[in-house]
Amino acid sequence: MDRHRVALRLRGGAGRILLFGLPLAYFGLFFAYPVGSILGRGLWPGGDLDLSPVGDVFGRDDLRGVLWFTVWQAAVSTLLTLVLAMPAAYVIARYRFRGRTLARALMTVPFVLPSVLVASAFRALGFEESLLAVLLAHAFFNYAVVVRVVGGLWTHLDPRQEEAARVLGAGPLRAFMQVTLPALRPAIAAAASIVYLFSFTSIGVILILGGSRRATLETEIYRYSFNLLDLRTGAALSIVQLLAVIALLTVMWWFGRRHCAALSLASANEITRRPTTRADRTIVAVVLASTAIFLAVPLMVLVVRSFDTPDGLGLDFYRGLGDVHAGSVLFVSPLEAIRNSVLYALATVGIAVVVGGAAAFAIARSRLGAALDLALALPLGVSAVTVGFGFLISFDEGILDLRASWAIVPIAHALIAIPFVVFVVVPVLQSVDPRMRQAAAVLGASPRAVWREIDLPIASRGMLVAAGFAFAVSLGEFGATAFVSVARPDSPTLPVVIFRLLGTQGAENFGVAMAAGAILMILATAAVLAIERVRVGEVGTF
Amino acid sequence: MNLRRLIVVLCALLLSGAWLVGPSHADEPVTITLVTHDSFNASKSVLRAFKQDTDIRVKVLRGGDAGQVVNQAILTKDHPLGDVLYGVDNTFLSRALDHGIFEPYESPELAFVPSSHQLDDRHRVTPIDRADVCVNYDTQWFAEHNIDPPGGITSLSEDAYRGLTVVENPATSSPGLAFMLATRSLGAMDWRTFWTALRENDVAVVDGWEQAWYERFTAVSENGDRPIVVSYASSPVATVPEDGGPARAAVLDGTCFEQIEFAGVLKGTEHRKAARQFVDFLLSEEFQEDMPEQMYVFPVREGAELPQLFVEHADLPTQPGLSIPPEAIEKSREKWIRQWTAIVLR
Amino acid sequence: MLDVRGITVHFGDTVALDALDLSVGDDEVVCMLGASGSGKSTLLRAIAGLEPLAAGTIARDGVDLATTPPHRRDVGLMFQDHSLFPHRDVRGNVAFGLRMRRLPRDEIEARVHEVLEMVGLSGYEHRGVRQLSGGEQQRVALARALAPAPSLLLLDEPLGALDRALREELTVELKMLFDRLQIAVLLVTHDHDEAFALGDRVAVMHRGRVEQVGPPADVWRRPESELVARFLGWNVTYALGSKPSAVRPDAVTLTADGSLRGTVVSRAFRRDHFRVLIELEGSRDALDVSIRGAEPPAVGTQVGLVIDPDGVVELDR
Repeated sequence: MDRHRVALRLRGGAGRILLFGLPLAYFGLFFAYPVGSILGRGLWPGGDLDLSPVGDVFGRDDLRGVLWFTVWQAAVSTLLTLVLAMPAAYVIARYRFRGRTLARALMTVPFVLPSVLVASAFRALGFEESLLAVLLAHAFFNYAVVVRVVGGLWTHLDPRQEEAARVLGAGPLRAFMQVTLPALRPAIAAAASIVYLFSFTSIGVILILGGSRRATLETEIYRYSFNLLDLRTGAALSIVQLLAVIALLTVMWWFGRRHCAALSLASANEITRRPTTRADRTIVAVVLASTAIFLAVPLMVLVVRSFDTPDGLGLDFYRGLGDVHAGSVLFVSPLEAIRNSVLYALATVGIAVVVGGAAAFAIARSRLGAALDLALALPLGVSAVTVGFGFLISFDEGILDLRASWAIVPIAHALIAIPFVVFVVVPVLQSVDPRMRQAAAVLGASPRAVWREIDLPIASRGMLVAAGFAFAVSLGEFGATAFVSVARPDSPTLPVVIFRLLGTQGAENFGVAMAAGAILMILATAAVLAIERVRVGEVGTF
Repeated sequence: MNLRRLIVVLCALLLSGAWLVGPSHADEPVTITLVTHDSFNASKSVLRAFKQDTDIRVKVLRGGDAGQVVNQAILTKDHPLGDVLYGVDNTFLSRALDHGIFEPYESPELAFVPSSHQLDDRHRVTPIDRADVCVNYDTQWFAEHNIDPPGGITSLSEDAYRGLTVVENPATSSPGLAFMLATRSLGAMDWRTFWTALRENDVAVVDGWEQAWYERFTAVSENGDRPIVVSYASSPVATVPEDGGPARAAVLDGTCFEQIEFAGVLKGTEHRKAARQFVDFLLSEEFQEDMPEQMYVFPVREGAELPQLFVEHADLPTQPGLSIPPEAIEKSREKWIRQWTAIVLR
Repeated sequence: MLDVRGITVHFGDTVALDALDLSVGDDEVVCMLGASGSGKSTLLRAIAGLEPLAAGTIARDGVDLATTPPHRRDVGLMFQDHSLFPHRDVRGNVAFGLRMRRLPRDEIEARVHEVLEMVGLSGYEHRGVRQLSGGEQQRVALARALAPAPSLLLLDEPLGALDRALREELTVELKMLFDRLQIAVLLVTHDHDEAFALGDRVAVMHRGRVEQVGPPADVWRRPESELVARFLGWNVTYALGSKPSAVRPDAVTLTADGSLRGTVVSRAFRRDHFRVLIELEGSRDALDVSIRGAEPPAVGTQVGLVIDPDGVVELDR
């Protein structure tokens, strides 16, 4: 019997039921039920299950083409992201320099920006609709995933292994390939799976930068369900996507398990060093500069355009933020949208930390946790249209008529934020040495006291980081918001207002959209910087 | 910060959030909800007048383009999101009627609307405006390049107009759909032959009207690359320079597809009376005359005065626009879109 | 009085404790001496209630502890790696057990102060435990275990990772502390000097069993088995009679003559003595001999050996 289990045996039953029950109930009510309803409409049209549309996805030439494009563009995006971001992961992991924390925080900002905004920035940069634009935008978004996940492991990888290889006669490249790369493999695989998942299900980028001729499962789910009301095909595509995502998540989880196993890890402080030699400094400078160009230029374009008024540089567009769009009854001022976004984000943090926190405890504790982990990650891989339509038809009665409730937005955001909370908190909890709990028990702490005195305090910093992520994710979320908040047009989020502004004619609207985007960027940056400050130095990769 | 304090703070934030964002509709006049598409717009003054006259507040829900709005309404028909839906056009009319999302209401104002526009004899929907879809071209561009504007839809596939046209995807855009439907009655030419030729003639396809108009059309966008665009009969109005002068764009004769937009009272409304009043209001002279400048559409009410700009720059086509009966559209819309997609996009 | 009877603990297929018997008196210090992997730590963990027993009983003052969870066993356990709570300062660590017993705040403060003084860390209350040196951490761990005044103190390699000088210093301090506290202590170590210096009784453990237990001097002078003899550093040879004999290294003197002869195979300087390995003539055995004072003969020299009978034990096992 292993020692973790001993600690577990000491714990009471009621708490465990709550830990499992709360996330399961949340997932069941706000994800499985609505998504199941909408898929049911498509596949059980007259009360009989009809799975032939699923077969069509593989049988019909056009849909097969869509599936194939989805698969390979995500693969190429992943590869491109890895190639572009690995040098930055290395520099961040191995060197200590002024502004390192800031650099890592800034690299994370694109990840939490809404895709409409980023795609507009790419368009403003002069990118036409093209495959290249799509791939670059995916790499832009997911840069942080590689830097944080791979860099996270790399920071703790004992460099003495590589040094040993050097002493044994391996050249620098060989030592890297033979020693470092294999050791990094679990992190690379995990990062690649995440990037693949996000590229696989990306929609905003494809719609805005891909052009009409490029379609992915996600855009086709959108077109079939939303435009054509062909719920059968929509459901079939959703199911194929869901299966693919489950497969991906399983791979991720599998690599994640091996992540912690059998690696000689050292504390980060022993590993990072100042770039002292000329070669070191060159590497750091070149990598940081190219990262800055790649990540900052699209963001800078945004900022520049927000000041570039018809009368020269000025703050007009920022003044425009406070105005309700002239004469129209529809527009909520971006300033009000900022307030909405922040409040929604705070509510999302509340839900995600409580539900995700409970889930993290359950997952860290139990073998069944893996299944919960997988289930909670599913919303990341399901189309916003599917979720949104599901909400529309499921929560339409009695106390469950949430369609016009303000809570519907944070509820939907939390679905997306919870996996991040789990991702951040579980490693922290797993890092709690079981002997710490035993020490407490021997000192007279009852199981409940052990939980309160040991696990909770140690997890609380992880929770803070998770809260920061939940906040940032909620700020930038667009797709699900747009769908679930149809019935709440008067309190749109900032990304929704940006989207509305972008869709409305006039240079001024574009400018105001850019100004709103710049503010969103600042909020996201603040959240990410806060994360960096409280980050649990030694554990957690994200 | 320890965890307990964090939780307390979070709860406090949650509660304050609920208080700030939460609804506070105490003692207000009856509020009806208008479900409509993203292009809906109206002058504040006109809506305010409605509220003052009737003591009815209007909340506007915009749910995407016309087709998407209808689809959402069908999905939620057991518990509708609103009381009145405005914006279903003849290309989606049959679907809306078949799914029974509307209840009949014969507005007294219909007396002022030509009967040719009243496509549903049971009055489940009421015609409100006309937004005919027409091919527009950049007059200045053609003058500068010394090329004659195309003579009609079929000319677009001629060599002279290679790489000049941008159209919208009928799967994602309602003018795109209307234009595709327009091409189904080209006389001698089969529509598939036409689209194959158009594709070979390097037609640009975009997902939405905004992209086509604002980004690709040379008369509007500095970086535009297409002097021919699928847009509306009213579009030339939007290209009139601020200091006056002729419009940059003109409608290509014989390319218009008749598109009528309807409103209807949603089945299941709890404010039937107010909803009906609102439909009447949509047909009122006040709203009908406000519409053109707000949404670039033409009023259906006889005698509604057009703004000066419209009179000068955008006439509805004198010859009747191309049209297909809603039932025929409903029967084959998806099939045609699929065929179109196979020909033009894949 | 702690009474351990026939306890067995399995880790999968491995037997960590094999029907082990042991008792510890009320103010007795018992040192468990054994190589790593002999099951010493497991024994402590089992007594604390952290390892489930496959067989056997653990009783305190005649009461079986089988159903008593760890937090009610009233033992102090000092872990080998200290297992200090990283998120609490020194005070928070030491006060933990007192808080769990819901003592009033001022009593806790007084006790923390007292215990820290006892281990020589007065004034360290608000230091973070990560900033402490290894020796300081060890003292904090000890203070933490002592603070609730348990009636049984379990110490797992309390001087484990320290350098030699510090170990020796702390051994003396611990000895004094035990004398002062008058509580039952069960201490686990792999270090002979520590065990013999601290224990009222010493138990030599091997493969989950107690091989021999007794007062330090007895165990040191009369190893009962070849295994214990070898573990204590005695030579075991068959050259002295029909039965195997254990020969203490310092019981051998080198002379020019003598009946027992051998050849010097290697020699090493050890601070205050030399260790010389001598291969016996007419036997494959070699004796490890410690020589004080004079320089031992060079490698290859033929020497005679005289063995003090007091340093020879005939072994039955």
